[in-house]
Amino acid sequence: MKLEMRDQPGQLVAALQPISAVGGNIIAVIHQRETSTAAEVLDVQIVLELPEGRLEKLLELLREQGVSVVRIGEERLLYECTLIVIGHLMHTDLSDTVDRIDRTGSAEVTELSLAMPAISSPSSARIIIRSTTRAEMKKAIRLLREVAEQKDLLIIEPLEDG
Amino acid sequence: MIRIALLGFGSVGRGIARAILAKDLNITVTGLADSRGGIIDAGGIDLLAALDRKGNGGPCGSPGVSPADVVAKADYDVLVEVTPTNVETAEPALGHIRGALRRRKHVVTSNKGPIALAYPELRALAEANGVLLNYEATVCGAIPLIHAIREGLAGNTISRLYGVFNGTCNYILTRMAEDSLTYEQALAEARELGYAEADPTYDVEGIDAAIKLVILANTVLDMQTTLDDVERTGITLLTPDALRLAEDQDCTIRLIGEIIPEAGVLRVSPRIVAKAHPLVVEGTLNAVTVETDLAGDLTFIGKGAGSTETASAVIGDLLYIHDRYVQGS
Ligand SMILES: NC(=O)c1ccc[n+]([C@@H]2O[C@H](COP(=O)([O-])OP(=O)(O)OC[C@H]3O[C@@H](n4cnc5c(N)ncnc54)[C@H](OP(=O)(O)O)[C@@H]3O)[C@@H](O)[C@H]2O)c1
Repeated sequence: MKLEMRDQPGQLVAALQPISAVGGNIIAVIHQRETSTAAEVLDVQIVLELPEGRLEKLLELLREQGVSVVRIGEERLLYECTLIVIGHLMHTDLSDTVDRIDRTGSAEVTELSLAMPAISSPSSARIIIRSTTRAEMKKAIRLLREVAEQKDLLIIEPLEDG
Repeated sequence: MIRIALLGFGSVGRGIARAILAKDLNITVTGLADSRGGIIDAGGIDLLAALDRKGNGGPCGSPGVSPADVVAKADYDVLVEVTPTNVETAEPALGHIRGALRRRKHVVTSNKGPIALAYPELRALAEANGVLLNYEATVCGAIPLIHAIREGLAGNTISRLYGVFNGTCNYILTRMAEDSLTYEQALAEARELGYAEADPTYDVEGIDAAIKLVILANTVLDMQTTLDDVERTGITLLTPDALRLAEDQDCTIRLIGEIIPEAGVLRVSPRIVAKAHPLVVEGTLNAVTVETDLAGDLTFIGKGAGSTETASAVIGDLLYIHDRYVQGS
Protein backbone atom coordinates (compact mmCIF):
# COMPACT_ATOMS: atom_id res chain seq x y z
CA MET A 1 0.00 0.00 0.00
CA LYS A 2 0.96 3.64 -0.36
CA LEU A 3 0.82 6.41 2.22
CA GLU A 4 1.03 10.02 1.06
CA MET A 5 1.89 12.90 3.31
CA ARG A 6 3.03 16.52 3.10
CA ASP A 7 6.77 16.95 3.04
CA GLN A 8 7.12 19.08 6.13
CA PRO A 9 10.18 19.01 8.35
CA GLY A 10 10.17 16.05 10.69
CA GLN A 11 7.16 14.31 9.13
CA LEU A 12 9.08 11.51 7.49
CA VAL A 13 11.08 10.64 10.57
CA ALA A 14 7.93 10.74 12.69
CA ALA A 15 6.24 8.31 10.30
CA LEU A 16 8.97 5.67 10.33
CA GLN A 17 8.74 4.62 13.97
CA PRO A 18 5.01 3.74 13.92
CA ILE A 19 5.45 1.75 10.72
CA SER A 20 8.05 -0.48 12.29
CA ALA A 21 6.02 -0.60 15.52
CA VAL A 22 3.13 -2.33 13.71
CA GLY A 23 5.47 -4.69 11.88
CA GLY A 24 5.38 -2.86 8.54
CA ASN A 25 8.08 -3.07 5.95
CA ILE A 26 9.07 0.02 3.96
CA ILE A 27 9.68 -0.72 0.31
CA ALA A 28 10.28 2.78 -1.05
CA VAL A 29 10.11 6.45 -0.12
CA ILE A 30 9.26 8.66 -3.07
CA HIS A 31 9.30 12.44 -3.17
CA GLN A 32 6.76 13.65 -5.65
CA ARG A 33 6.15 17.13 -7.00
CA GLU A 34 2.47 17.60 -7.68
CA THR A 35 2.27 19.35 -11.00
CA SER A 36 -1.47 19.77 -10.78
CA THR A 37 -1.50 22.13 -7.83
CA ALA A 38 -0.70 25.76 -8.41
CA ALA A 39 1.40 26.09 -5.29
CA GLU A 40 4.49 23.91 -5.44
CA VAL A 41 3.83 21.37 -2.77
CA LEU A 42 6.11 18.41 -2.27
CA ASP A 43 4.44 15.18 -1.34
CA VAL A 44 6.10 12.18 0.14
CA GLN A 45 4.91 8.73 -0.74
CA ILE A 46 5.83 5.78 1.36
CA VAL A 47 5.30 2.40 -0.25
CA LEU A 48 5.05 -0.27 2.38
CA GLU A 49 3.91 -3.74 3.23
CA LEU A 50 1.70 -4.19 6.27
CA PRO A 51 0.67 -7.34 8.06
CA GLU A 52 -3.05 -8.06 7.68
CA GLY A 53 -5.30 -5.86 9.85
CA ARG A 54 -2.70 -3.39 11.14
CA LEU A 55 -3.74 -0.35 9.09
CA GLU A 56 -6.09 1.13 11.69
CA LYS A 57 -3.45 0.87 14.39
CA LEU A 58 -0.85 2.48 12.13
CA LEU A 59 -3.10 5.42 11.30
CA GLU A 60 -3.82 5.94 14.98
CA LEU A 61 -0.09 5.96 15.83
CA LEU A 62 0.64 8.33 12.95
CA ARG A 63 -2.06 10.72 14.18
CA GLU A 64 -0.49 10.63 17.65
CA GLN A 65 2.86 11.58 16.08
CA GLY A 66 1.22 14.51 14.33
CA VAL A 67 1.77 13.09 10.87
CA SER A 68 -0.95 14.11 8.45
CA VAL A 69 -1.69 11.39 5.98
CA VAL A 70 -3.07 12.87 2.78
CA ARG A 71 -4.02 9.69 1.00
CA ILE A 72 -3.88 5.97 1.43
CA GLY A 73 -3.45 4.01 -1.76
CA GLU A 74 -4.51 0.42 -1.60
CA GLU A 75 -1.87 -0.91 -3.99
CA ARG A 76 -2.47 -4.51 -3.14
CA LEU A 77 -0.57 -6.42 -5.76
CA LEU A 78 2.99 -5.83 -4.68
CA TYR A 79 4.73 -8.89 -6.03
CA GLU A 80 5.44 -9.26 -9.69
CA CYS A 81 6.72 -12.21 -11.65
CA THR A 82 7.39 -12.50 -15.37
CA LEU A 83 7.10 -15.91 -17.00
CA ILE A 84 7.20 -17.21 -20.55
CA VAL A 85 4.84 -19.92 -21.72
CA ILE A 86 5.41 -22.00 -24.85
CA GLY A 87 3.00 -24.44 -26.47
CA HIS A 88 -0.27 -24.63 -28.32
CA LEU A 89 -1.63 -21.73 -26.33
CA MET A 90 -4.72 -20.98 -28.42
CA HIS A 91 -5.76 -24.60 -28.88
CA THR A 92 -5.50 -25.11 -25.15
CA ASP A 93 -7.69 -22.10 -24.31
CA LEU A 94 -5.31 -19.35 -23.25
CA SER A 95 -8.08 -17.34 -21.58
CA ASP A 96 -8.90 -20.33 -19.37
CA THR A 97 -5.22 -20.52 -18.39
CA VAL A 98 -5.30 -16.87 -17.39
CA ASP A 99 -8.67 -17.28 -15.64
CA ARG A 100 -7.37 -20.07 -13.46
CA ILE A 101 -4.77 -17.68 -12.00
CA ASP A 102 -7.20 -14.76 -11.71
CA ARG A 103 -9.80 -16.92 -9.94
CA THR A 104 -7.43 -17.38 -6.99
CA GLY A 105 -8.37 -13.83 -5.99
CA SER A 106 -4.92 -13.19 -4.57
CA ALA A 107 -2.94 -13.24 -7.80
CA GLU A 108 -3.75 -12.07 -11.27
CA VAL A 109 -2.32 -11.94 -14.74
CA THR A 110 -1.82 -8.23 -15.39
CA GLU A 111 -0.03 -8.40 -18.74
CA LEU A 112 0.11 -10.81 -21.60
CA SER A 113 2.18 -10.52 -24.77
CA LEU A 114 1.56 -13.17 -27.35
CA ALA A 115 3.83 -13.88 -30.28
CA MET A 116 1.90 -15.44 -33.12
CA PRO A 117 3.93 -18.05 -34.96
CA ALA A 118 3.35 -19.81 -38.23
CA ILE A 119 0.13 -21.84 -38.29
CA SER A 120 0.22 -25.03 -36.25
CA SER A 121 3.62 -24.42 -34.67
CA PRO A 122 3.70 -23.72 -30.95
CA SER A 123 3.26 -20.12 -29.83
CA SER A 124 5.06 -18.21 -27.10
CA ALA A 125 3.67 -15.73 -24.61
CA ARG A 126 5.08 -13.59 -21.86
CA ILE A 127 2.82 -13.15 -18.88
CA ILE A 128 3.18 -10.98 -15.82
CA ILE A 129 1.53 -12.17 -12.65
CA ARG A 130 1.03 -9.86 -9.70
CA SER A 131 0.09 -10.99 -6.23
CA THR A 132 -0.42 -9.68 -2.73
CA THR A 133 2.25 -11.72 -0.99
CA ARG A 134 5.24 -13.84 -1.83
CA ALA A 135 3.43 -16.95 -0.63
CA GLU A 136 0.50 -16.21 -2.95
CA MET A 137 2.94 -15.79 -5.83
CA LYS A 138 4.44 -19.19 -5.12
CA LYS A 139 0.93 -20.63 -5.07
CA ALA A 140 0.05 -18.97 -8.37
CA ILE A 141 3.20 -20.33 -10.02
CA ARG A 142 2.46 -23.79 -8.68
CA LEU A 143 -1.03 -23.55 -10.10
CA LEU A 144 0.36 -22.44 -13.44
CA ARG A 145 2.72 -25.42 -13.44
CA GLU A 146 -0.24 -27.76 -12.87
CA VAL A 147 -2.20 -26.18 -15.70
CA ALA A 148 0.88 -26.40 -17.91
CA GLU A 149 1.20 -30.07 -17.19
CA GLN A 150 -2.44 -30.72 -18.12
CA LYS A 151 -2.18 -28.67 -21.28
CA ASP A 152 1.32 -29.78 -22.23
CA LEU A 153 2.79 -26.29 -22.07
CA LEU A 154 6.35 -25.33 -21.19
CA ILE A 155 6.69 -22.74 -18.45
CA ILE A 156 9.91 -20.76 -18.19
CA GLU A 157 10.26 -19.30 -14.74
CA PRO A 158 12.59 -16.52 -13.68
CA LEU A 159 15.84 -17.45 -11.98
CA GLU A 160 15.32 -15.31 -8.88
CA ASP A 161 12.42 -17.10 -7.21
CA GLY A 162 14.06 -20.44 -6.70
CA MET B 1 57.72 -37.85 -9.40
CA ILE B 2 54.23 -39.27 -9.81
CA ARG B 3 53.51 -42.33 -11.92
CA ILE B 4 50.11 -42.66 -13.58
CA ALA B 5 48.18 -45.23 -15.56
CA LEU B 6 45.98 -43.55 -18.16
CA LEU B 7 42.75 -45.25 -19.31
CA GLY B 8 41.25 -43.50 -22.32
CA PHE B 9 43.25 -41.70 -24.97
CA GLY B 10 40.58 -39.48 -26.54
CA SER B 11 40.10 -35.74 -26.19
CA VAL B 12 40.85 -35.60 -22.45
CA GLY B 13 43.50 -38.35 -22.37
CA ARG B 14 45.48 -36.78 -25.18
CA GLY B 15 45.10 -33.34 -23.60
CA ILE B 16 46.75 -34.74 -20.48
CA ALA B 17 49.53 -36.33 -22.55
CA ARG B 18 50.20 -33.08 -24.42
CA ALA B 19 50.35 -31.09 -21.17
CA ILE B 20 52.82 -33.61 -19.70
CA LEU B 21 54.98 -33.29 -22.82
CA ALA B 22 54.77 -29.51 -22.93
CA LYS B 23 55.41 -28.76 -19.26
CA ASP B 24 57.69 -29.94 -16.53
CA LEU B 25 54.93 -31.50 -14.41
CA ASN B 26 56.98 -34.38 -13.06
CA ILE B 27 54.38 -36.92 -14.19
CA THR B 28 55.37 -40.22 -15.82
CA VAL B 29 52.90 -42.47 -17.61
CA THR B 30 53.60 -46.15 -16.93
CA GLY B 31 50.37 -47.61 -18.30
CA LEU B 32 48.10 -46.54 -21.14
CA ALA B 33 45.01 -48.02 -22.80
CA ASP B 34 42.24 -47.10 -25.20
CA SER B 35 39.41 -49.27 -26.51
CA ARG B 36 41.70 -51.20 -28.82
CA GLY B 37 44.94 -51.79 -26.99
CA GLY B 38 47.40 -50.84 -24.30
CA ILE B 39 51.01 -50.51 -23.15
CA ILE B 40 52.68 -51.16 -19.83
CA ASP B 41 56.17 -49.73 -19.34
CA ALA B 42 57.55 -49.09 -15.86
CA GLY B 43 60.30 -46.95 -17.37
CA GLY B 44 57.81 -44.46 -18.79
CA ILE B 45 55.82 -44.61 -22.01
CA ASP B 46 56.91 -42.50 -24.99
CA LEU B 47 53.85 -40.24 -25.17
CA LEU B 48 54.88 -38.49 -28.36
CA ALA B 49 55.02 -41.84 -30.16
CA ALA B 50 51.66 -42.87 -28.67
CA LEU B 51 50.08 -39.59 -29.83
CA ASP B 52 51.52 -40.22 -33.30
CA ARG B 53 50.08 -43.73 -33.48
CA LYS B 54 46.70 -42.34 -32.41
CA GLY B 55 46.98 -39.50 -34.93
CA ASN B 56 47.51 -42.05 -37.68
CA GLY B 57 44.30 -43.82 -36.73
CA GLY B 58 45.92 -46.70 -34.89
CA PRO B 59 45.44 -47.91 -31.32
CA CYS B 60 47.68 -46.35 -28.68
CA GLY B 61 49.30 -49.69 -27.82
CA SER B 62 49.22 -53.38 -28.58
CA PRO B 63 45.93 -55.30 -28.83
CA GLY B 64 47.26 -57.89 -26.41
CA VAL B 65 47.18 -55.45 -23.48
CA SER B 66 43.68 -54.69 -22.15
CA PRO B 67 42.57 -51.83 -19.87
CA ALA B 68 42.06 -54.44 -17.12
CA ASP B 69 45.68 -55.55 -17.57
CA VAL B 70 46.87 -51.97 -17.16
CA VAL B 71 44.79 -51.53 -13.99
CA ALA B 72 45.97 -54.81 -12.47
CA LYS B 73 49.58 -55.04 -13.57
CA ALA B 74 51.10 -51.66 -14.29
CA ASP B 75 53.30 -49.96 -11.73
CA TYR B 76 51.60 -46.64 -10.90
CA ASP B 77 50.60 -44.32 -8.05
CA VAL B 78 47.39 -42.95 -9.55
CA LEU B 79 44.91 -44.40 -12.04
CA VAL B 80 43.64 -41.65 -14.36
CA GLU B 81 40.30 -42.82 -15.71
CA VAL B 82 39.12 -40.76 -18.71
CA THR B 83 36.96 -43.15 -20.75
CA PRO B 84 33.41 -42.37 -21.96
CA THR B 85 30.59 -41.76 -19.48
CA ASN B 86 27.94 -44.44 -19.10
CA VAL B 87 25.08 -43.20 -16.92
CA GLU B 88 23.25 -46.52 -16.65
CA THR B 89 25.94 -48.87 -15.38
CA ALA B 90 29.09 -46.68 -15.18
CA GLU B 91 30.97 -49.68 -16.63
CA PRO B 92 33.62 -50.55 -17.53
CA ALA B 93 35.06 -47.56 -15.68
CA LEU B 94 33.49 -48.54 -12.36
CA GLY B 95 35.21 -51.92 -12.34
CA HIS B 96 38.56 -50.38 -13.24
CA ILE B 97 38.27 -47.79 -10.48
CA ARG B 98 37.39 -50.47 -7.92
CA GLY B 99 40.35 -52.55 -9.10
CA ALA B 100 42.78 -49.67 -8.66
CA LEU B 101 41.45 -48.68 -5.24
CA ARG B 102 41.75 -52.28 -4.04
CA ARG B 103 45.38 -52.17 -5.15
CA ARG B 104 45.75 -49.11 -2.92
CA LYS B 105 46.15 -46.78 -5.88
CA HIS B 106 44.69 -43.29 -5.90
CA VAL B 107 42.14 -42.56 -8.64
CA VAL B 108 41.50 -39.38 -10.61
CA THR B 109 38.62 -39.38 -13.10
CA SER B 110 36.75 -37.09 -15.48
CA ASN B 111 34.08 -39.76 -15.93
CA LYS B 112 30.71 -38.75 -14.47
CA GLY B 113 29.20 -42.25 -14.48
CA PRO B 114 31.02 -43.87 -11.56
CA ILE B 115 30.88 -40.73 -9.40
CA ALA B 116 27.17 -40.09 -10.00
CA LEU B 117 26.18 -43.73 -9.50
CA ALA B 118 28.55 -45.12 -6.90
CA TYR B 119 30.30 -42.36 -4.99
CA PRO B 120 29.53 -43.54 -1.43
CA GLU B 121 30.80 -47.04 -2.17
CA LEU B 122 33.93 -45.82 -3.99
CA ARG B 123 34.71 -43.27 -1.33
CA ALA B 124 34.45 -45.93 1.40
CA LEU B 125 36.67 -48.24 -0.62
CA ALA B 126 39.24 -45.47 -1.09
CA GLU B 127 39.20 -44.70 2.62
CA ALA B 128 39.54 -48.33 3.60
CA ASN B 129 42.63 -48.53 1.40
CA GLY B 130 44.11 -45.22 2.51
CA VAL B 131 43.95 -43.56 -0.90
CA LEU B 132 42.13 -40.65 -2.55
CA LEU B 133 39.45 -40.53 -5.23
CA ASN B 134 39.36 -37.14 -7.00
CA TYR B 135 36.93 -36.12 -9.74
CA GLU B 136 37.23 -32.35 -10.27
CA ALA B 137 36.92 -32.69 -14.07
CA THR B 138 33.47 -34.33 -13.87
CA VAL B 139 31.75 -31.00 -13.15
CA CYS B 140 32.30 -27.88 -15.29
CA GLY B 141 35.60 -28.89 -16.90
CA ALA B 142 38.30 -26.40 -16.02
CA ILE B 143 36.44 -24.66 -13.19
CA PRO B 144 37.84 -25.94 -9.86
CA LEU B 145 34.39 -26.01 -8.30
CA ILE B 146 34.78 -29.16 -6.20
CA HIS B 147 38.09 -27.98 -4.72
CA ALA B 148 36.62 -24.53 -4.09
CA ILE B 149 33.65 -25.95 -2.19
CA ARG B 150 35.61 -28.70 -0.38
CA GLU B 151 38.65 -26.72 0.67
CA GLY B 152 38.16 -23.03 -0.01
CA LEU B 153 34.64 -22.85 1.38
CA ALA B 154 35.03 -25.46 4.14
CA GLY B 155 32.98 -24.31 7.14
CA ASN B 156 30.40 -22.52 5.03
CA THR B 157 26.81 -23.67 4.73
CA ILE B 158 25.59 -23.59 1.15
CA SER B 159 21.98 -22.48 0.86
CA ARG B 160 21.72 -22.55 -2.91
CA LEU B 161 23.92 -23.44 -5.85
CA TYR B 162 22.87 -22.71 -9.43
CA GLY B 163 24.30 -22.06 -12.82
CA VAL B 164 25.06 -22.99 -16.37
CA PHE B 165 26.44 -26.54 -16.38
CA ASN B 166 26.21 -27.44 -20.05
CA GLY B 167 28.19 -25.60 -22.70
CA THR B 168 26.31 -27.14 -25.63
CA CYS B 169 22.96 -25.78 -24.44
CA ASN B 170 24.51 -22.45 -23.58
CA TYR B 171 25.92 -22.18 -27.09
CA ILE B 172 22.55 -23.03 -28.67
CA LEU B 173 20.67 -20.50 -26.51
CA THR B 174 23.29 -17.80 -27.11
CA ARG B 175 22.93 -18.26 -30.86
CA MET B 176 19.11 -18.35 -30.75
CA ALA B 177 19.13 -15.03 -28.88
CA GLU B 178 21.81 -13.34 -31.00
CA ASP B 179 20.51 -14.14 -34.45
CA SER B 180 16.92 -15.30 -33.91
CA LEU B 181 17.89 -18.81 -35.01
CA THR B 182 15.43 -21.62 -34.46
CA TYR B 183 16.45 -24.37 -32.07
CA GLU B 184 17.11 -26.69 -35.02
CA GLN B 185 19.33 -24.14 -36.80
CA ALA B 186 21.37 -23.41 -33.68
CA LEU B 187 21.77 -27.13 -32.99
CA ALA B 188 22.98 -27.75 -36.54
CA GLU B 189 25.53 -25.00 -36.11
CA ALA B 190 26.71 -26.42 -32.78
CA ARG B 191 27.16 -29.80 -34.44
CA GLU B 192 29.19 -28.33 -37.26
CA LEU B 193 31.53 -26.68 -34.78
CA GLY B 194 31.91 -29.89 -32.79
CA TYR B 195 30.07 -28.50 -29.73
CA ALA B 196 27.24 -31.01 -30.01
CA GLU B 197 27.33 -34.78 -30.49
CA ALA B 198 25.61 -36.54 -33.38
CA ASP B 199 23.01 -37.58 -30.79
CA PRO B 200 22.62 -34.46 -28.67
CA THR B 201 19.91 -35.91 -26.36
CA TYR B 202 22.18 -36.15 -23.36
CA ASP B 203 23.00 -32.43 -23.51
CA VAL B 204 19.80 -30.79 -24.80
CA GLU B 205 17.43 -32.75 -22.56
CA GLY B 206 19.39 -31.56 -19.54
CA ILE B 207 20.65 -35.04 -18.56
CA ASP B 208 24.30 -33.98 -18.53
CA ALA B 209 23.52 -30.99 -16.29
CA ALA B 210 21.37 -33.20 -14.04
CA ILE B 211 24.22 -35.68 -13.55
CA LYS B 212 26.52 -32.85 -12.52
CA LEU B 213 23.95 -31.72 -9.95
CA VAL B 214 23.77 -35.26 -8.56
CA ILE B 215 27.58 -35.34 -8.28
CA LEU B 216 27.66 -32.02 -6.43
CA ALA B 217 24.72 -32.95 -4.20
CA ASN B 218 26.15 -36.33 -3.22
CA THR B 219 29.81 -35.43 -2.88
CA VAL B 220 30.00 -31.90 -1.48
CA LEU B 221 26.50 -31.03 -0.26
CA ASP B 222 25.78 -33.98 2.03
CA MET B 223 22.74 -35.11 0.08
CA GLN B 224 21.82 -38.57 -1.15
CA THR B 225 20.27 -38.29 -4.56
CA THR B 226 19.96 -40.09 -7.86
CA LEU B 227 19.28 -38.88 -11.38
CA ASP B 228 15.58 -39.61 -10.85
CA ASP B 229 15.43 -36.99 -8.09
CA VAL B 230 16.27 -34.21 -10.53
CA GLU B 231 13.26 -32.33 -11.92
CA ARG B 232 14.37 -31.90 -15.50
CA THR B 233 13.26 -29.92 -18.57
CA GLY B 234 15.48 -29.49 -21.62
CA ILE B 235 15.72 -26.78 -24.26
CA THR B 236 14.31 -28.58 -27.31
CA LEU B 237 10.95 -26.79 -27.22
CA LEU B 238 12.31 -23.26 -26.96
CA THR B 239 11.28 -20.86 -29.71
CA PRO B 240 12.97 -17.74 -31.10
CA ASP B 241 9.79 -15.90 -30.03
CA ALA B 242 10.33 -16.89 -26.42
CA LEU B 243 13.87 -15.54 -26.52
CA ARG B 244 12.64 -12.32 -28.09
CA LEU B 245 9.93 -11.91 -25.43
CA ALA B 246 12.66 -12.25 -22.79
CA GLU B 247 14.93 -9.89 -24.71
CA ASP B 248 12.18 -7.21 -24.69
CA GLN B 249 12.65 -7.05 -20.93
CA ASP B 250 16.47 -7.04 -20.99
CA CYS B 251 16.45 -10.69 -20.10
CA THR B 252 17.42 -13.88 -21.84
CA ILE B 253 16.85 -17.62 -21.36
CA ARG B 254 19.49 -20.03 -20.06
CA LEU B 255 19.41 -23.69 -19.06
CA ILE B 256 19.96 -23.47 -15.32
CA GLY B 257 20.82 -26.29 -12.94
CA GLU B 258 19.84 -25.52 -9.37
CA ILE B 259 20.27 -27.17 -5.98
CA ILE B 260 18.58 -25.96 -2.81
CA PRO B 261 19.97 -28.41 -0.23
CA GLU B 262 17.63 -27.58 2.62
CA ALA B 263 14.50 -27.99 0.51
CA GLY B 264 15.89 -31.07 -1.22
CA VAL B 265 15.39 -29.36 -4.59
CA LEU B 266 17.41 -30.42 -7.62
CA ARG B 267 16.24 -29.06 -10.92
CA VAL B 268 17.38 -28.37 -14.44
CA SER B 269 15.17 -26.11 -16.54
CA PRO B 270 15.27 -23.15 -18.90
CA ARG B 271 14.91 -19.96 -16.85
CA ILE B 272 14.50 -16.27 -17.53
CA VAL B 273 17.66 -14.45 -16.44
CA ALA B 274 18.46 -10.72 -16.56
CA LYS B 275 21.09 -10.09 -19.23
CA ALA B 276 23.21 -8.25 -16.69
CA HIS B 277 23.30 -11.30 -14.39
CA PRO B 278 26.80 -12.78 -13.94
CA LEU B 279 25.51 -16.21 -14.98
CA VAL B 280 24.65 -14.96 -18.46
CA VAL B 281 27.83 -16.11 -20.19
CA GLU B 282 28.32 -16.47 -23.91
CA GLY B 283 29.06 -19.46 -26.09
CA THR B 284 30.16 -22.72 -24.49
CA LEU B 285 31.22 -21.21 -21.16
CA ASN B 286 29.99 -22.56 -17.84
CA ALA B 287 29.12 -20.39 -14.82
CA VAL B 288 28.07 -21.34 -11.31
CA THR B 289 26.92 -19.22 -8.37
CA VAL B 290 27.27 -20.59 -4.85
CA GLU B 291 25.32 -18.87 -2.07
CA THR B 292 26.97 -19.33 1.32
CA ASP B 293 26.49 -18.03 4.85
CA LEU B 294 30.03 -16.88 5.60
CA ALA B 295 31.56 -16.08 2.22
CA GLY B 296 28.42 -14.58 0.67
CA ASP B 297 27.74 -15.26 -3.00
CA LEU B 298 30.51 -16.45 -5.30
CA THR B 299 30.31 -16.91 -9.04
CA PHE B 300 32.75 -19.07 -10.98
CA ILE B 301 33.05 -18.71 -14.75
CA GLY B 302 35.20 -20.76 -17.11
CA LYS B 303 35.49 -23.36 -19.83
CA GLY B 304 33.30 -26.36 -19.09
CA ALA B 305 34.88 -28.64 -21.68
CA GLY B 306 37.77 -28.98 -24.09
CA SER B 307 40.83 -31.14 -24.30
CA THR B 308 43.37 -28.90 -22.53
CA GLU B 309 40.84 -27.33 -20.18
CA THR B 310 39.56 -30.66 -18.86
CA ALA B 311 43.15 -31.93 -18.65
CA SER B 312 43.83 -28.94 -16.39
CA ALA B 313 41.31 -30.20 -13.83
CA VAL B 314 42.74 -33.74 -13.97
CA ILE B 315 46.30 -32.46 -13.53
CA GLY B 316 45.17 -30.27 -10.61
CA ASP B 317 43.81 -33.38 -8.90
CA LEU B 318 47.01 -35.32 -9.65
CA LEU B 319 49.30 -32.68 -8.19
CA TYR B 320 47.02 -32.30 -5.17
CA ILE B 321 47.45 -36.01 -4.48
CA HIS B 322 51.16 -35.84 -5.19
CA ASP B 323 51.70 -33.03 -2.70
CA ARG B 324 49.96 -34.89 0.08
CA TYR B 325 50.44 -38.58 -0.48
CA VAL B 326 52.99 -39.67 -2.98
CA GLN B 327 56.41 -40.37 -1.48
CA GLY B 328 59.65 -40.18 -3.36
CA SER B 329 61.68 -37.67 -5.32
N1 LIG C 1 35.85 -33.70 -23.57
C1 LIG C 1 35.58 -32.89 -22.56
O1 LIG C 1 35.72 -31.70 -22.69
C2 LIG C 1 35.16 -33.45 -21.22
C3 LIG C 1 34.91 -32.56 -20.16
C4 LIG C 1 34.56 -33.07 -18.90
C5 LIG C 1 34.43 -34.43 -18.73
N2 LIG C 1 34.63 -35.29 -19.80
C6 LIG C 1 34.52 -36.73 -19.58
O2 LIG C 1 35.80 -37.32 -19.73
C7 LIG C 1 35.68 -38.61 -20.31
C8 LIG C 1 36.50 -38.68 -21.56
O3 LIG C 1 36.03 -37.73 -22.49
P1 LIG C 1 36.68 -37.55 -23.93
O4 LIG C 1 36.08 -36.34 -24.51
O5 LIG C 1 38.13 -37.66 -23.83
O6 LIG C 1 36.09 -38.83 -24.69
P2 LIG C 1 36.57 -39.42 -26.07
O7 LIG C 1 37.28 -38.39 -26.86
O8 LIG C 1 35.43 -40.14 -26.65
O9 LIG C 1 37.70 -40.50 -25.64
C9 LIG C 1 37.39 -41.64 -24.93
C10 LIG C 1 38.61 -42.54 -24.88
O10 LIG C 1 38.30 -43.69 -24.10
C11 LIG C 1 38.62 -44.85 -24.85
N3 LIG C 1 37.75 -45.95 -24.47
C12 LIG C 1 36.47 -46.20 -24.84
N4 LIG C 1 36.02 -47.31 -24.24
C13 LIG C 1 37.05 -47.78 -23.50
C14 LIG C 1 37.22 -48.92 -22.68
N5 LIG C 1 36.22 -49.77 -22.50
N6 LIG C 1 38.40 -49.09 -22.07
C15 LIG C 1 39.42 -48.22 -22.26
N7 LIG C 1 39.33 -47.13 -23.03
C16 LIG C 1 38.15 -46.92 -23.64
C17 LIG C 1 38.48 -44.46 -26.28
O11 LIG C 1 39.21 -45.36 -27.07
P3 LIG C 1 39.41 -45.17 -28.66
O12 LIG C 1 40.40 -44.04 -28.78
O13 LIG C 1 40.00 -46.49 -29.07
O14 LIG C 1 38.08 -44.89 -29.21
C18 LIG C 1 39.06 -43.05 -26.24
O15 LIG C 1 40.45 -43.09 -26.31
C19 LIG C 1 34.19 -38.84 -20.54
O16 LIG C 1 33.67 -39.59 -19.46
C20 LIG C 1 33.62 -37.45 -20.56
O17 LIG C 1 32.28 -37.42 -20.13
C21 LIG C 1 35.00 -34.81 -21.02
